Amino acid sequence: MTAARSARKGTLVAVISTLVVATLLAIAIGSSPSWPVVQKAFFDGTYFSTSLPDVIDAFFINIQLFVLAEMLILPIGLLIALARSVTSPALAPLRIFATIYTDFFRGVPSILLIYVLGFGVPALRLPGVPSEPFFWALVTLVLIYSAYVSEVYRAGIESIHPSQERAARALGLSRLQALRYVVLPQALRRVVPPLLNDFIGLQKDTALVSILGVVEAFKQAQILKSANFNFTPLMTTALIFLVITIPMTRLVDRLAAKDRAAQQGGAR
Amino acid sequence: MARTTTKQAAEPVLELRGVSKRYGRALVLDKIDLTLAEHEVVCLIGASGSGKSTLLRCADLLEPIDAGSITLEGRAVSADDRDADATRRQLGIVFQGFSLFPHLTALENVALAPRVALGLTAAAAEKRARALLKQLGLAAKANAYPDSLSGGQQQRVAIARALATEPKVLLLDEITSALDPVLVAEVLEALRALAKGGATMLIATHEMAFAADVADRICYLEGGRIIEHGTPGQIFGAPRDARTRAFLKRVRSVGASALR
Repeated sequence: MTAARSARKGTLVAVISTLVVATLLAIAIGSSPSWPVVQKAFFDGTYFSTSLPDVIDAFFINIQLFVLAEMLILPIGLLIALARSVTSPALAPLRIFATIYTDFFRGVPSILLIYVLGFGVPALRLPGVPSEPFFWALVTLVLIYSAYVSEVYRAGIESIHPSQERAARALGLSRLQALRYVVLPQALRRVVPPLLNDFIGLQKDTALVSILGVVEAFKQAQILKSANFNFTPLMTTALIFLVITIPMTRLVDRLAAKDRAAQQGGAR
Repeated sequence: MARTTTKQAAEPVLELRGVSKRYGRALVLDKIDLTLAEHEVVCLIGASGSGKSTLLRCADLLEPIDAGSITLEGRAVSADDRDADATRRQLGIVFQGFSLFPHLTALENVALAPRVALGLTAAAAEKRARALLKQLGLAAKANAYPDSLSGGQQQRVAIARALATEPKVLLLDEITSALDPVLVAEVLEALRALAKGGATMLIATHEMAFAADVADRICYLEGGRIIEHGTPGQIFGAPRDARTRAFLKRVRSVGASALR
């Protein structure tokens, strides 16, 4: 038997066994006496189709939020990572500040920060300080995820062997030039999978800003749920989040596998 | 770098006076005096740990020294200088482990320093890089990434890269030690060609036959000190110091590879 034929046979067996198990599960759940009640409360077809347009509409707020946040987090996270990597004694305050920053924002619950910044700061009515919940939601997510992302960047920078910087310095490049042309290009390539991983977390966390009254997908679903005493709109929202996050998770897996293959392929 | 074929000792290009270096409590270099004239090729020999690599790294201003002075073309230089980067451009160094930049092609590896550190235009830097790769027999490999090159080819790219800033002196740190014996020959051949072209070189090596062939002068190091120096004929033919004799005897009996 050829390898290709045996692989095809393997796939066939996998498909059949999965179908059999899924069918059995469906029959078992469907025939359970409490299923109709569960289905009516969570998976009602009518509520699903009526809630879908509203939830999708509201989800554009989530998209706006995470796209804007990601665009801000990428450079800010890098600056914090660089600040933590400085070795010059004169710049020690910068390093200390960056360390405190990452410790603090990684260690405090996101929902607490969103609450404090989103309700607390606007309540001060400081002149010139915006009070829109969307603005504070964005600020909080950027603050928190910049801390996570800076650690990802830092791990990437530190994964580049010191001989690379030494070789660049030996050629007469300054420390900054060595970083810019030799260390960072290699480090950034390595951090793409963990970076996307953090962004998946960020995209889910956009639902947290609902506590500020921003009508994004989760808040919209809650409103619809309360109006009809039915949980289906929340399932609709879950589905929309999954449509975005699952492909990204697969992409991360694939990139990570490619990275491993490249590194085992003799890359230094 | 000047490309004359005359090999007469002229004014000193690089001069080390009383250079000492410590790592913690260990004295790795102990009052090294070494002068390199223009077009001169000096080989450093000695067992591992004798201080050869440290000497080269200090001479390249990659490591600060604890005592003594380093003079490049009559100008006192130091790793702590504000313009140490500029000085390093006048000194080329090649490491045992190649340290090529894996994200850049052979051509980009060589062109990087001329473009970034010397401020040449991209076109001028590329032209210079192509000429150097051709000189080292790598014209066909310009667009190859380091991963796809053999060890010998990688090391020749590293030599081309070190030459790209037109350094006054080329420092070579056991650059064949990490290579298969079959690949050693091509790298040594490239160095011979450079020596013939008038390059000024300071070479740490375990290849005694090569040192005897290419060097104007040989320095034997032990315990961070230059024990003896002289012409290849004198060092290999009639070493004066008992320690030099013992080292050379050991090399001949066990072969150079055992010293790595």
